[in-house]
Amino acid sequence: MSGDKLMDIPVIRERGQNSMFCGLTGIIWLHRKIQDAFFLIVGSRTCAHLMQSAAGVMIFAEPRFGTAIIEERDLAGLADANEELDRVVARLLERRPDIRMLFLVGSCPSEVIKLDLERAASRLSRQHQPQVRVLSYSGSGLETSFTQGEDTCLAALVPELPQAPADGAPDLLVVGTLADVVEDQFVRLFNEMGITRVQFLPARNSREMPAVGPNTRYILAQPFLADTARCLEKRGATRIAAPFPLGEEGTTRWLKAVADTFGVAGDLFDRVTAPGIERARRGMVRMREQLAGKRLFMLPDSQLEIPLARFLHREAGMELLEIGTPHLHRQHLAEELTLLPEGTTLSEGQHLDKQLDRCRAARPDVVVCGLGLANPLEAEGITTKWSIELVFTPIQGYDQAADLAELFARPLLRKAKLRV
Amino acid sequence: MQLTVWTYEGPPHVGAMRVATGMEGLHYVIHAPQGDTYADLLFTMIERRDKRPPVTYTSFKGRDLGQDTAELFMEAAREACERFKPQAMLVSSSCTAELIQDDPGGLAKGLGLPVPAIPLELSSYQRKENWGASETFYQVVRGLAGPHVPAPGTERPARPEGQRPRCNILGPTALGFRHRDDIQEITRLLNSLGIDVHVTAPMSATPMDIARLGEADFNVVLYPEIAATAAKWLERMFKQPFTKVVPIGVGATREFIAEVAALAGVDPEPALRDGDSRLPWYSRSVDSNYLTGKRVFIFGDATHAVAAARVATEEFGFTVVGLGTYSREFAREVREAAKQYGIEPLITDDYLEVEAQVAELHPELVLGTQMERHIAKRLGVACAVISAPVHVQDFPARYAPQMGFGGANVLFDTWVHPLMMGLEEHLLGMFREDFEFHAEAGPSHLGASAPAETRPVGAAQAATSPAAATVEPEPEATPTDGEPVWSPEAEKELRKIPFFVRGKARRNTERFAKERGISRIEIDTLYDAKAHFGR
Repeated sequence: MSGDKLMDIPVIRERGQNSMFCGLTGIIWLHRKIQDAFFLIVGSRTCAHLMQSAAGVMIFAEPRFGTAIIEERDLAGLADANEELDRVVARLLERRPDIRMLFLVGSCPSEVIKLDLERAASRLSRQHQPQVRVLSYSGSGLETSFTQGEDTCLAALVPELPQAPADGAPDLLVVGTLADVVEDQFVRLFNEMGITRVQFLPARNSREMPAVGPNTRYILAQPFLADTARCLEKRGATRIAAPFPLGEEGTTRWLKAVADTFGVAGDLFDRVTAPGIERARRGMVRMREQLAGKRLFMLPDSQLEIPLARFLHREAGMELLEIGTPHLHRQHLAEELTLLPEGTTLSEGQHLDKQLDRCRAARPDVVVCGLGLANPLEAEGITTKWSIELVFTPIQGYDQAADLAELFARPLLRKAKLRV
Repeated sequence: MQLTVWTYEGPPHVGAMRVATGMEGLHYVIHAPQGDTYADLLFTMIERRDKRPPVTYTSFKGRDLGQDTAELFMEAAREACERFKPQAMLVSSSCTAELIQDDPGGLAKGLGLPVPAIPLELSSYQRKENWGASETFYQVVRGLAGPHVPAPGTERPARPEGQRPRCNILGPTALGFRHRDDIQEITRLLNSLGIDVHVTAPMSATPMDIARLGEADFNVVLYPEIAATAAKWLERMFKQPFTKVVPIGVGATREFIAEVAALAGVDPEPALRDGDSRLPWYSRSVDSNYLTGKRVFIFGDATHAVAAARVATEEFGFTVVGLGTYSREFAREVREAAKQYGIEPLITDDYLEVEAQVAELHPELVLGTQMERHIAKRLGVACAVISAPVHVQDFPARYAPQMGFGGANVLFDTWVHPLMMGLEEHLLGMFREDFEFHAEAGPSHLGASAPAETRPVGAAQAATSPAAATVEPEPEATPTDGEPVWSPEAEKELRKIPFFVRGKARRNTERFAKERGISRIEIDTLYDAKAHFGR
């Protein structure tokens, strides 16, 4: 697809039943990533139940998230919701003296009853400083779907980040949660290119959050961070436009965009990336054999769909039937959209039953879908890949390219193997 | 507001979904924001159902509020009715939709759908999953069987000569703990008594079946948490008596047989004679001697917890040291049972309180839910699951009922399996310092069992340590005001006591020493305390 056609790519836009998580679900990885943060959802029993069900299994250790469940007496005005919240937070912090950062996470009910969590957060911050900083963001299904919860969380962090000096050398800021192992790989590559001032948002610890300022050059590692990007730009940071680091091609282009911004010489870049490119391509050979020509249908879920489709088409040779995404951010995905084959059907939003009708009619080899749909589709004879695994697995970078493709190849391989 | 980490029950609309998903030919439209569709995965992943639950969500968003969310609901209900062609529909609000007060019941009525639409008022900010299931089942029964209620004062016609007695089985739902297999076991048992099962509901029943419930002679209530309300209504309206005994364990199954035989007017003997449970003999056989007096902690829904306490005491010879439930609606039943065992019942839905009590009581076996399985794992105590909330492992491929004689066999195997076998336990006691056959080793037939945490943990401490599963060294004894100090020899001797009673031994010895003004605990103090407190 060429650049000038970008703005008129046909997109199916639908609304109806959505089979997507709400933004609260982002807490499942964020609470592991920021090791001294606690996420307190202010919501209903449904929110608490969602968290424990979406986490798949109950996590063994006490998780660093919980729910302040709104009850009848809070709604009837018998209890002052703010006093109740203060009490719950005090109890929580007493039990968890290791917590340094507390997020109050808004939910559908807290939004409908207009509980002002931002004000509550600043009040609680004053009460509990300097031990604990209290911030707030929305993970409600009214405003966010799935990965957007990370966006609203990071956007809430940005105004809190320290100010970077205006006259220093440019800093690189990588934005979006990555697996620790992937971060470390990227740091090594950047260092070899001579880029040593590299920071990540979110950091692994609330006390080590990156500084930001006019000298910050930031690059998105995840495609779902529209609000965060806007907030960073308000602080003077400049975005490095690039495709996302999925697959060998995505990773190379992503790294190249950084290298160009920081004036890394072409031959140095090639030297640094050559071993990774070679390993990624080698790993993909076997995967390509299994995936080439297979027909892919993606239901909307994480906003990773378009970069994934680009990778699966260009590096694994898959045929793209319909690529659904909850939201299509044309600016952040511009570099991705140009790499999609002409005529790819995109869809934004969802009317589940109508989309499933199209899906069955298209006779795909693999369907990417949420956990609620996977077994029913399998029972119809349609091979599926659960999308949630794509956000819980290290998939970015050279050394994960084949792992990422393998996630799609495994269900096909299994189907071929089974004789029952 | 209530601070919650893990919850035993979901919101009430999940209970309604369990009823709808168990049934056939029923469709449920929930007015709910995007995200509430997560509940589908409970059924498709945990229970491995091969169909989507028969549920449509309106998935409204922020921008719809203040515009026309009611219109969204009507559109969804109309479309669902047309697409899925159900015999009846359920309509309700989820927690968020309750706040915007669109009144799905009224809206559905206005649509003039070709099938009955039963409205549910689920009080999401007061009630929970089991209540939601019970209320939904009651409304479904009232709504669909209601039109067939005989005029007040009408006598129940006598059963025609030669017709076998008929009963309904009430209570099983989707996502229930072993409901699938319990129905099979109890149906077979009833058939062996010459009783036909007329309708099983909600599981596998259609709305048309529900309309026929009144035709049966009586009702068998397997899960009172879900079916008691509906059964009471049926008793009032159709003069159908219902069973009170839940047939979990050999003794209860025998009583259940006597109860249904009396209700049906048949001879109980054939079923009692046939009783092919191996539990009684297995429990009497000498190798089960080591089970005697094992300290067991029980927690679950009220029905399963109370039943487990009886089976543990009468059929395993265990000692019940703790009994509790998260079902506040059935707290009375649990309180009464606890009285028989001379213990204080634990009525709570706070998982941290349960954990604190398990840590304090040091049981040798925990019979609980998936939540207690985690608690037990962390504390290094053996555990078997006896009740919802459930996990994918609670839907085994094999036939594994909890009820009836077949269920009693399953209980014997499941509860004994996590325990150390008798002679193994003795050997461990004799040679505690063997470097690989050590006191913290798990039962040898459970290959990957994690070493137990050796230190007694307070709830707060256990809960805050993410590394709680790892073995931490005993803390050095340091003198504090008025607290006796352990000599290194006594501390070493203490380690030779099995880990599950070590915490208690430590506390008792310290109490003993303090009461006698002993400031330094020697080996003798330890044994003096042991003699004093006995076991």
